[in-house]
Amino acid sequence: MSHLLDRLNFFRSKELEQFSNGHGQVTRESRDWEDVYRNRWRHDKVVRSTHGVNCTGSCSWKIYVKSGIVTWETQQTDYPRTRAGLPNHEPRGCSRGASYSWYLYSANRVKNPLIRGSLMRAWRKLRDTMQPVAAWKALQEDPILRASYVETRGKGGFVRATWDEATEIVAAANAYTTKTYGPDRVFGFSPIPAMSMVSYAAGTRYLSLLGGTCMSFYDWYCDLPPASPQTWGEQTDVPESADWYNAGFLLLWGSNVPQTRTPDAHFYTEVRYRGTKSAVVSPDYSEASKFGDIWLNPQAGTDAALSMAMGHVILREYHLDRQAEYFEDYARKYTDMPMLVRLDEADGNLVPGRLLRASDFDDALGEDNNPDWKTVAYDEASGRIVTPNGSIGFRWGEEGKWNLEEHAGSAATRLRLSQVLDTDHDEVVGVRFPYFGGAASGNFVRCDHPEVLTRDVPARRVTLANGEEALVATVFDLFCANYGLDRGLGGQWVTTSYDEDMPYTPAWAEKITGVAREKIIAVAREFASNAEKTQGKSMVILGAGLNHWYHMDMNYRGIINMLVMCGCIGQEGGGWSHYVGQEKLRPQTGWQPLAFALDWNRPPRHMNSTSAWYAHTDQWRYETLRAGEILSPTAPEGDWDVSLIDYNIRAERMGWLPSAPQLRTNPLEVGKAAKEAGKDVKDYVAERLKSGELEMSSQDPDAPENWPRNLFVWRSNLLGSSGKGHEYFLKHLLGTDHGVMGKDLGEEGGVMPKEVRWHDEAPRGKLDLLVTIDFRMSTTAVYADVVLPTASWYEKDDMNTSDMHPFIHPLQAAVDPAYESRSDWDIFKSIAKKFSEVAPEVLGVETDVVQVPLLHDTAGELAQAEVRDWKKGECELIPGRTAPNYVAVERDYPNLYRKFTSIGPLLEKLGNGGKGITWQTGAEVRHLRDLNGEVQEEGPSKGQPRLETAIDAAEMILMLAPETNGEVAVKAWEQLEKPTGRHHAHLAEGAHHTKLRFRDIAAQPRKIISSPTWSGIESEEVCYNAGYTNVHELIPWRTLTGRQQLYQDHLWMRAFGEGFAGYRPPVDLKTVTERLNDDAPDRAHVVLNFITPHQKWGIHSTYTDNLLMLTLNRGGPVVWMSEVDAQKAGLVDNDWVEAFNINGALTARVVVSQRIKEGTLFMYHAQEKIVNTPGSEKTGHRGGIHNSVTRATLKPTHMIGGYAQLSYGFNYYGTVGSNRDEFVIVRKMKKVDWLDQPATGKVEAAE
Amino acid sequence: MDYFLFGIYPYIATAVLLVGSIARYERDPFTWKTSSSQFLRRKQLIWGSILFHVGVLIIFFGHLIGLLTPLWVFDLLGVTHGAKQLLAVVLGGFAGVMALVGGGMLFHRRWTDPRIRKTSSFADIAILVLLLVQLVLGLGTIFVSAQHLDGHEMTKFMAWAQGIATFQPGAAAAIADSALIFKLHIFLGLTIFLVFPFTRLVHMLSIPIRYVTLRPGYQIVRSRRTRPLAEGERARDRVARPTPAKAPAAAAARPEPGE
Repeated sequence: MSHLLDRLNFFRSKELEQFSNGHGQVTRESRDWEDVYRNRWRHDKVVRSTHGVNCTGSCSWKIYVKSGIVTWETQQTDYPRTRAGLPNHEPRGCSRGASYSWYLYSANRVKNPLIRGSLMRAWRKLRDTMQPVAAWKALQEDPILRASYVETRGKGGFVRATWDEATEIVAAANAYTTKTYGPDRVFGFSPIPAMSMVSYAAGTRYLSLLGGTCMSFYDWYCDLPPASPQTWGEQTDVPESADWYNAGFLLLWGSNVPQTRTPDAHFYTEVRYRGTKSAVVSPDYSEASKFGDIWLNPQAGTDAALSMAMGHVILREYHLDRQAEYFEDYARKYTDMPMLVRLDEADGNLVPGRLLRASDFDDALGEDNNPDWKTVAYDEASGRIVTPNGSIGFRWGEEGKWNLEEHAGSAATRLRLSQVLDTDHDEVVGVRFPYFGGAASGNFVRCDHPEVLTRDVPARRVTLANGEEALVATVFDLFCANYGLDRGLGGQWVTTSYDEDMPYTPAWAEKITGVAREKIIAVAREFASNAEKTQGKSMVILGAGLNHWYHMDMNYRGIINMLVMCGCIGQEGGGWSHYVGQEKLRPQTGWQPLAFALDWNRPPRHMNSTSAWYAHTDQWRYETLRAGEILSPTAPEGDWDVSLIDYNIRAERMGWLPSAPQLRTNPLEVGKAAKEAGKDVKDYVAERLKSGELEMSSQDPDAPENWPRNLFVWRSNLLGSSGKGHEYFLKHLLGTDHGVMGKDLGEEGGVMPKEVRWHDEAPRGKLDLLVTIDFRMSTTAVYADVVLPTASWYEKDDMNTSDMHPFIHPLQAAVDPAYESRSDWDIFKSIAKKFSEVAPEVLGVETDVVQVPLLHDTAGELAQAEVRDWKKGECELIPGRTAPNYVAVERDYPNLYRKFTSIGPLLEKLGNGGKGITWQTGAEVRHLRDLNGEVQEEGPSKGQPRLETAIDAAEMILMLAPETNGEVAVKAWEQLEKPTGRHHAHLAEGAHHTKLRFRDIAAQPRKIISSPTWSGIESEEVCYNAGYTNVHELIPWRTLTGRQQLYQDHLWMRAFGEGFAGYRPPVDLKTVTERLNDDAPDRAHVVLNFITPHQKWGIHSTYTDNLLMLTLNRGGPVVWMSEVDAQKAGLVDNDWVEAFNINGALTARVVVSQRIKEGTLFMYHAQEKIVNTPGSEKTGHRGGIHNSVTRATLKPTHMIGGYAQLSYGFNYYGTVGSNRDEFVIVRKMKKVDWLDQPATGKVEAAE
Repeated sequence: MDYFLFGIYPYIATAVLLVGSIARYERDPFTWKTSSSQFLRRKQLIWGSILFHVGVLIIFFGHLIGLLTPLWVFDLLGVTHGAKQLLAVVLGGFAGVMALVGGGMLFHRRWTDPRIRKTSSFADIAILVLLLVQLVLGLGTIFVSAQHLDGHEMTKFMAWAQGIATFQPGAAAAIADSALIFKLHIFLGLTIFLVFPFTRLVHMLSIPIRYVTLRPGYQIVRSRRTRPLAEGERARDRVARPTPAKAPAAAAARPEPGE
């Protein structure tokens, strides 16, 4: 009753009794104080949600709400049990996730719509007398007014605005841009839909109805491993983390599982109790290293040398000296190893050429459908050349033979792997292989082997259709030669000894990587012997650590080769576990129509971000790498040594890569003109492209009509995290203060690009409007013109999936969005509404012309068997064949909002699908009409299903996707049965009546249903594992041969020496110049390789401004350095240092640690510039982010298109933003200047 | 004025002290603490704290005994006024210097250590300042007392204090002609009484004697029961017995209704 009175009882004993001989005492003191703690943890409700972040966790969380406030979160523990013998998934969720609720009410929360003050002032003045679009036009046409806000980006000065005003500015800008330049000048960047797929879809649905450009992310993040599409025709498909538990040997390669896959790491711990051995490859002593039975620490960037040497051992011991039966059988059935390669002769020398095709032979070996795209091999039984089932030619235009049965047509076959037997070859010939080890620069080991190694290969002579006689070899024989293995044929550059210093022996690798040869041999042997005994249960877990290098393909293909040699792909407990982010959007095919408005118009505008940012942030103007430096010495004659941007322009022109913007002329005007001319859009554009009347924008990225004008960034921290070449973004795209220290090619007098138009004066400030939508004031928000406050992850309804487990998780609004924030869905709905109000001022119903590249998983992937450029007159310009396709799309701008909020009619008309499979989906749309209700209002959407709320949108995804609707799954499998001629529907038949709704996943995490758009299955027998259906259902990989493609025969691949995997040292980007250190040459400094791994003290890559996390580390930016390097630079722990190169500078405290390998500098990814970052001595501006010292560099082989698996797909193939080949100068800062004075814009200062 | 300051203000101050302390204990029991900053920085605290606290305790009890013990007790014991004053000056002076040095150390630490400064409330710093000023004033009175060593002056303060304590209306008059420094010292002392409940000084009222005398066990079980368990109701008794009726034993383990 009263605390005081309860205490005032000194005269009454409180002791009731004693126990344990008086050591214990039972008292009857008041226990009321306990209620305080009970109240502390008492709450009104618990709501299931998760974190919309790209950490791959996708963990189910309980969000606690008390008095309308989110108070804390804890892990959910109601996951369905796994099958017997497998540990359960939970608990999932890490301490970083548990820190998230801090954001909701933190000072860094964006609470109101914010507008740059100078923009607001100008806008209001003009808007007083003008209509919205006219006002925006006037603002853009006045260079002083435009500069008044463009040049102050990133310097503060935001004022609060109402939603009405903020959305009006955005809508007016979009309408003006659409009318003046074209809708494709409105860009939108948002990554990883799987984090929060409805929020992603909200923005892209708006953009797709507008005709705007949806930018890719997976490739830009450099998380896309191009080796995956190259080998498997699949963007990325990987085993779930539970499958680690089935592995017998786990090789962790550059992946820091406990630190970056925290909720999954328990499977790794558990499987080691089962006796699984683990080797960890990591240059630094990472958290994962302590899990390893053996730790290999190669020099960062030399992974390919290590994997090639391991491959050398495996081939020697399991394929050549002794043929492991399982491995040989696997290679014959599931790889391109038996396929025949033509050996091309040039100057009397032989090099591996194209894979032979049916069309090369008389009568095309009886194949009349796509004989150009059917590869051939010897049949062991008949000794004849046959066309095995499954190559990509069988996929399109015929049915029943696109499968991996051991058949050629109806005849059973057994393919011959090797021609090494005397009876199998006609002669042994010397074949030239490129070797790049001599090109090493910086502190990478250079070796003196020649750049071309000629090795003996058994070959056979065949007569081709044109009467020509050709030498042919199997992929397997060339493959073994490439690894430098002596097969008893003798000759140069092959060996039987591991100790000989010759590429790719263990002794050679020891020199390059610094890892002892005994360790290499031991790991290779154990890996392979486990795989042999367990039929493929050896697994490699790898990730960004290897993939962010310029030659990431080689790092990956070296490892993929090991896995394929040992038959690990497609086997439970084995395979390629590439984990980088949450790329697995499980209900993808249900989501696509929502996200890209495919229910209203097709096709959408997609763009590969790497090429776009490279062009539009003018990073190409500073390019230091020439294609000649990475070209193979065995490249055929040709105009190869041009600039990287030249390659990109050619690729866009030939329809390989997408473009944004697409044409220099406004596509609405092109559409109108074509209509007036009475011509088909395709023909109209083709004619004018040829005549030069129309021009592709890519040729002149600096011309004002080709600039991206409006940019939406949502669910992303583009400028604080993923923006490689951060300072170039600031300089050219945003036009504000920047730290670029290098000079462009014009100033340097470098070799100019050929295809691109050069402007002596580079544009500054291309963007008219940057809109950032975020819940926190991120670095990107700080640079925006308009910041819109969005709902946090505990304040919106959405969905989240991951590749680490098969569950679908909801995000739910535990509380309403705080302050004035709104969910992303509601924000874009508001913008759409405003746009429909504003647009009629200048826009009506228009015909847009959309340019589409040759797409993977469509018949377009068979477009270009040869590389021919129409512009050079090598072929006719045929849209959709030798050039991009052009499609007319109607845009009803005044009704954009109506379309946004309803499901359009195209799904019922055209069906739905993905990855080359199409099915009818009328029934599902009817169900959605019942579930969501029907639009009653007059207009184009009348009678269509409603799409008002985020939950409506989630229901659309769940209803349409085979993964969440069993009926659709069965339909989809049945569609796949047509090309393969095999029965697959049994994989989903049991789940026929399973239909997940949003409220189901809110009740408990639910597993998805097996779907043909993925290569693994959900079952009670096996875990989800990539390639499972290829191996066990005999569904071909979506590659040229239909098999795992270890030989890349495209002309550009051969020209750049990447037909086969090999070791390529990191490229020399020449960013550390003498000149750069001129200001203080005597100051102690050290030049280090700059590495940006994922960190421990942030919620994945982005959220490093969280106070709870900052408190656990050093509360601001840090870089990690070895003790040796610190000593060289005269540094001690916690010193302030500056790291810089010609790209820019960054400031941070240094952590000196013995766990870092000498020669490297770690800067954990995405430390916010807005937290405790002082000014740089070098640039005079605030020290940058980790990407201030990087620049994106394109690789021509990633641009290839129209060629089976090497065809463009959104986030599937294309250029990637690598960033690990950079070097920086590091030195101690003399003066730490916090730049704590207010910024003054030019206009204010003048006023 | 003297009447208000020394006749009424003492009651106001004491009333606020009493009511305020009770209210605080009832309303915010979790603020009833010393707010030690030892966790932030140990240095300087130990010496400062011990000197300060020992000094202050001596002074506190010195004042308490010196002022409130009726004169006849001293007379009975045969302590002359002069001797008592000498004792007060010597002991008080010694303790005062101790407390002043300790308090000075504590203040220096609180003011200069950025972490402690940042986590200090206004009251934390203000009360330390008040106490230090009070110590200086108290030591200052020694110089005045030194001029008349007969102890007469002191008896006036005793009369005043005892007058206030026994609710004599004219108590204030007893010290009307005292030196200013005494009046300041008394006023400030009363003010410290006044602010007492709003500062960390409340920790004086909680003395952990219980731990010294009444906590024999290492393990304390705070039960909701009000009386000891009867023989046979204890868990160990149940374990010891083979299989008597289970139900009654389980029922006995539950708290009885109405408890």
